[in-house]
Amino acid sequence: MTAATGIGARVLRTEDKRFLTGTGRYVDDLPLARATYAYFLRSPHAHAKIKSIDTSAAKKMPGIVSIFTGKDLVDAKVGGLICGWVVKDKHGQPHKAPPHPIMAVDTVRYVGDTVAMVVANSHDEAKDAAESIKVDYDVKPANIDLAKALDKGAVEVHAEAPGNLVYDWEIGVKADVDAAFAKAAHVTKLDLINNRLIPNAMEPRAAAADYDKGTGNYTLWSTSQNPHVLRLILSAFVLGIPEHKLRVIAPDVGGGFGSKIFCYADETMVCWAASRVGRPIKWTAERSESFMTDCHGRDHVTHAELALDKDGKFLAVKVATIANMGAYLSTFSTAVPTYLYATLLAGQYTTPLIYANVRAALTHTAPVDAYRGAGRPEATFVIESLVSKAAAEMKMDAAELRRKNFIPSNAFPYQTPVALQYDSGNYPPIIDEAMKIADYKGFEARRAEAKSRGKLRGIGFSSYIEACGLGPSRVIGQLGGGVGQWESAQIKFNPTGNVQVLTGAHSHGQSHETTFAQIVSDKLGVPMEQIEVVHGDTATTPFGMGSYGSRSLAVGGSAIMKASDKIIAKGKKIAAHLMEASVADVVFEQGTFKVAGTDKAVPLGAAVFAAYVPHNYPLEELEPGMDENAFYDPSNFVYPAGTQICEVEIDPDTGEVEVVAHTAVDDFGNIINPMIVDGQVHGGIVQGVGQALMENAVYDKATGQLVSGSYMDYTMPRADNVPSFKLGNKVTPCPHNPLGVKGCGEAGAIAAPAAVMNAVHNALAPLGVKHVEMPATPLNVWQSIQGARHAVAE
Amino acid sequence: MTISVGMTVNGKSVSGKVEARTLLVQFLREHLGMTGTHVGCDTSQCGACVVHVDGKSVKSCTLLAVQAEGAKVLTIEGLAESADKLHPMQEAFRENHALQCGFCTPGMVMSAIDMVKRHDYKLDEATVRRELEGNLCRCTGYHNIVKAILAAAPAMKSAGV
Repeated sequence: MTAATGIGARVLRTEDKRFLTGTGRYVDDLPLARATYAYFLRSPHAHAKIKSIDTSAAKKMPGIVSIFTGKDLVDAKVGGLICGWVVKDKHGQPHKAPPHPIMAVDTVRYVGDTVAMVVANSHDEAKDAAESIKVDYDVKPANIDLAKALDKGAVEVHAEAPGNLVYDWEIGVKADVDAAFAKAAHVTKLDLINNRLIPNAMEPRAAAADYDKGTGNYTLWSTSQNPHVLRLILSAFVLGIPEHKLRVIAPDVGGGFGSKIFCYADETMVCWAASRVGRPIKWTAERSESFMTDCHGRDHVTHAELALDKDGKFLAVKVATIANMGAYLSTFSTAVPTYLYATLLAGQYTTPLIYANVRAALTHTAPVDAYRGAGRPEATFVIESLVSKAAAEMKMDAAELRRKNFIPSNAFPYQTPVALQYDSGNYPPIIDEAMKIADYKGFEARRAEAKSRGKLRGIGFSSYIEACGLGPSRVIGQLGGGVGQWESAQIKFNPTGNVQVLTGAHSHGQSHETTFAQIVSDKLGVPMEQIEVVHGDTATTPFGMGSYGSRSLAVGGSAIMKASDKIIAKGKKIAAHLMEASVADVVFEQGTFKVAGTDKAVPLGAAVFAAYVPHNYPLEELEPGMDENAFYDPSNFVYPAGTQICEVEIDPDTGEVEVVAHTAVDDFGNIINPMIVDGQVHGGIVQGVGQALMENAVYDKATGQLVSGSYMDYTMPRADNVPSFKLGNKVTPCPHNPLGVKGCGEAGAIAAPAAVMNAVHNALAPLGVKHVEMPATPLNVWQSIQGARHAVAE
Repeated sequence: MTISVGMTVNGKSVSGKVEARTLLVQFLREHLGMTGTHVGCDTSQCGACVVHVDGKSVKSCTLLAVQAEGAKVLTIEGLAESADKLHPMQEAFRENHALQCGFCTPGMVMSAIDMVKRHDYKLDEATVRRELEGNLCRCTGYHNIVKAILAAAPAMKSAGV
């Protein structure tokens, strides 16, 4: 509409006022009369047989309402949790799918596995009583070390998955890739670990449920990124409560980053128990529980090789990865290290031949599933580490080697050898812009200056590709996904002309209330303050798939565009009637229907009013009302791409790495609100820097205890661990969605780890350091430096 | 066993009966229904629960309710002058897109105000980043929070708050 609020404008956020004045409403804030409080007793062992559970003392504690154990679920014939994506192995067999009990029955399989649910009049009473439950465990050896999880003789996590193998999957033709390697002038080899991360949205997971005895209806409030999908899973696969009798509400949700996509034991139990307890139940995870039981991310052990000809042209890539699934298969876990990982191994390059083998392994650790980027950061880290290492080995400039292998701008749509067809892109101007912003030319002078201060300065590139906004649904189905990947929208005008925009997407920080309103404002000419975006309630919004995988704008925004088109089409008919004109002659401009070449005009608001007060209205041909919905199924993924350049300084005496500059230039297609997009990039970069330098989920290899189980042990990036960032953008609009947009939510986290680690390696290269694993903590870097010095000395 | 406790919260006298172990944040959220102050961790690390007690920023998960007996407590709910007039720090957070999911925001804002005052309205980026070490944010990457605090410092001075 106007430049001030339309598409492309830096509009301040609608949602801010409530968050800034303490009036946001998160699940734990919910006032529920007569509420009870749940506390979950969790396994202190990584692997044990449960010989007995004695709740008799706990039941006598003050304030106790009920105690449930896994046996109660068995008696009630409640099924287990599900994995919703069937990955077929290289022989065409579906993945091994061991049962996932909501609460452990006879065996616990990770530290944090749910053993009992205590419901009491207060949280403290529930927790006190849980301490009095006596569980007799027969502790067994645990399978913790991923690198050895598939070895012969490893302790088996589930009898249904012999040797702990969930699947042995491959993509590409190995013989062709091997032949290309045989002819290569140079081969770069790399062994790496993609470190295990704990998502750590600042709001811990929470659930509350209420059962209405009169109607038989359940209401479940959950910190969910996708309330409709949660309801579908609970209804169709887990609890059997019919969808129309279960309302799921995800109100304000304090961050997700993937970890709130999944159907967990806790919310399932809270919902199931609500009707048995006969009072509402509230549960909020303590942070220690979040560390133990939120689905973790990443956790790969990988060997990768890149074959190049003598000029540095990429000939082939081969990758072998073991991916950790944890103790049970979480909701979408199987897809992450396959279709969201190996299909990205072409990166931005013309590499003609790629082969990847992925073996998914069970271990006695928390389930692993999608975390910001989900597979794509892992792929980018492999490829961008290989490319920078190859450049160093071949004594070529890291930017030049990338440029030499970029998919040419005139080659789109571009079919990669790993299934994806990139719809659009233009990579060289992105890296040019990034190098300009980062002052690449001035780097050697900065390195010399740093050296004069005793610091080692390094620079690193990461040119990432992302495939997000998944779809079409047909393809997702062919790949084994159990759900569609469309999105819904409903545009509901009120008689007075203001409008509710209902979306099946869900905002937990992404700013949909602002961005989606901007689209509608721009398209329909309605002022921002007259638009309300509604999301997160299965009772009020159309069925939708929720928000993850940078899909909300590309898919959900497109659905809003489709619904807007329907509003305009209907409005034209009404306006034609009011203006006594032919529909074909009516145009819609800036919120007003006009007859071209005349001064006849009907504002949209007048057409809306006529639709609700249809006194002068073509009722024979047209229904009253102005309320349109749309479902949008994308014809392809979208493919954001960009380059990040990181500069670090390392203190060789302490091993401390400081990120001194970090540049990101992205192509997200058309931008709706640059302020919001930049914010997404900032946050993503810091999660990537966190992975590279600080964060690591560590299990004790002997006992399976989670060593990094609090903010005192798991180092989340803080403000003084990162600099301010320099951002730029280039635009190649997406050719297949109506907004021309790509996704921006995950890019920062996808590209950053490789940029940081390439900078670390670049800085340490003069000392002869060959490889540093993530996270490059001071100890890790210092040890690498000492190792290299010893190697030189010998 | 319960203990009576009384204090002033956002200018109003409040009282209640609490357990000895009840934390100030529990008293605010569960007894007074003031849910603007959040709980993001259980080790006093995240800062989502920061409020002002007698003018100083305090992690309300690290203070017993009874320790705040007689104190003047200011929470995020009591910060704005009116529904239409936000505190300059709240305004700066909005202007600079310094919040996304909003969960760490109340603690960030309360810490930031105290920081500005302790530094006599004079701050630079390095100081802001160092001073924020008690507050975690997972969404913003801190970039815009730092910008907001630097912008708010002179605005607070000229507003005399």
